[in-house]
Amino acid sequence: MFWNREMETIRPDELADLQLKRLKWSLAQAQKVGLYQRKFKEAGISPDDIRTLDDVEKLPFTYKKELQAGYPFGLFAVPMKEIARLHTTSGTTGKPTVVGYTRQDLDNWSELIARNLTMIGLGEDDIFQNAVNYGLFTGGLGFHYGAEKIGATVLPSATGNTRRQIEMIEDFGVTAIHCTPSYALHLAEVAESMGKTLDTLKTGIFGAEPWSENTRAELERRLGVKAYDSYGLSEMYGPGVAFECPERDGLHLWHDCYLAEIIDPKTGERLDPGERGELVITPLVKEALPLIRYRTGDVTRLIEDGCACGRGQKIERITGRSDDMMVIRGINVFPSQIEHVLRALPEVGEQFMVYIDRVKHLDEMTIEVEMSRAGFSGELQDLARMQKKISGELHNVLGLRTAVTLVEPGTLPRFEGKAKRVIDRRGAI
Amino acid sequence: MEKSYIIKQISIFSENRPGRLAAIAGALREAKINIFAFSIAEADGFGVVRALVDRPEDAHRTLTDLGFRVSFTDVIGVKMRDEPGGLSDIASILGDAGINIEYAYAYSGKDAAVLILRVDQAEDAVQKILGRGGELLKASLFR
Repeated sequence: MFWNREMETIRPDELADLQLKRLKWSLAQAQKVGLYQRKFKEAGISPDDIRTLDDVEKLPFTYKKELQAGYPFGLFAVPMKEIARLHTTSGTTGKPTVVGYTRQDLDNWSELIARNLTMIGLGEDDIFQNAVNYGLFTGGLGFHYGAEKIGATVLPSATGNTRRQIEMIEDFGVTAIHCTPSYALHLAEVAESMGKTLDTLKTGIFGAEPWSENTRAELERRLGVKAYDSYGLSEMYGPGVAFECPERDGLHLWHDCYLAEIIDPKTGERLDPGERGELVITPLVKEALPLIRYRTGDVTRLIEDGCACGRGQKIERITGRSDDMMVIRGINVFPSQIEHVLRALPEVGEQFMVYIDRVKHLDEMTIEVEMSRAGFSGELQDLARMQKKISGELHNVLGLRTAVTLVEPGTLPRFEGKAKRVIDRRGAI
Repeated sequence: MEKSYIIKQISIFSENRPGRLAAIAGALREAKINIFAFSIAEADGFGVVRALVDRPEDAHRTLTDLGFRVSFTDVIGVKMRDEPGGLSDIASILGDAGINIEYAYAYSGKDAAVLILRVDQAEDAVQKILGRGGELLKASLFR
């Protein structure tokens, strides 16, 4: 089934023409942004120099830190009165990234979600439970409007209260669910403990964190669903950038909306076809926040073989990150954010260690910090208060609850060269 | 005059894991510092070791040099009869005087038993306890 057969099965030569046309439009859009005026000037390039799709290699990359530097609206290419919605994501230095959408952007976004959902056979007969964080996280409203667009009955259940989520699946006859894979495992466990078999549930859409084929098998067995991988990032609207079709052998990226390149993250050189490297995306239809050669940090490759479903070129499931970003409960966390928070607190030193564990299928982050000389009054209650203050500050910046452990000064490892402050003990899911 | 009864307790931050008390006690042994009394208060993953020692300043310096986080805390020591009813007598005095205890620990020595108290207003507490016939340790014992 297709939502937009014309675009989903566009011939390669027609696609190339369309991409070039849209790339030129996107460059003109980017020219309205001070950052890009400067970047193009520094690179000695003008949008007029881009005559073929390969010319895109002449353009400079855009990095997440540049988005943050533009906080809040510095990178918007349209006046605020045309911005219909804002989302934010966590940043690497404590400042969040703000993404804006015009009315047209929101339509484009829900169109892509509609393609994805239709591709896996969902439609107006489905009851779709959207069990992700609503609000600033793009996964909530992104899927919500896409699912409404295809005519499904949408249940904005959001997160939390797992027993109630399970009751709703049973009582409402929910047929499809969208959540993070780790929450899906938790849901399966609670459903089993309640003796619920969730018979109506047929489709599971899982995204926002990497998960393995083993987890797919486990989720399918325990939830009785067919499980699909969803890929996206807020800078590219949110979810919807690429999605698995029923073949489930790679994710179809929507090439009419996103120009994808695979590069060597160290050299920035484009890699040979089929090689694995960092995904770089130039969105082709984004109005409010045009981005040129955006470094996603996600590692994948373009799959050479065609797909039986007739859609365009797929990317491999994301296999890792080219930087130190962590994904915890679906939220992106950079160690530099933690460092930033601790640096502002005189009670603790700058050394820290992060431990990530999975407890009952949910990610738990523990941060060890050293007491500073100034921080110790001698009173136990002051220590407990400090512990609370640190985890409060971290919660403000990361949007995540963390456990903070105070340790004696000088006991945390010191690093020469590249610090390895994060110990991820979760194993693959 | 109340000040002469205010004793410097050393409080040492310690992680809650094996060997930490040994490290603290070992350091005091090396420095030939005698411990009269001590207690451990623990919270989530860490604790505070509190001790009354014969040379608080030396203990503070020794432990700080070893990298421990140490601070002084004002406490008072109330003498008790080391026989049934001893604590009860003192507790009644404190209760009657309206003194609220943040924490307390005790030791029983050769001469008497002593209740060590951390209270809000130490000088005020000293006055009240003396006024009700209580007997306090002199700070001069700890030099």
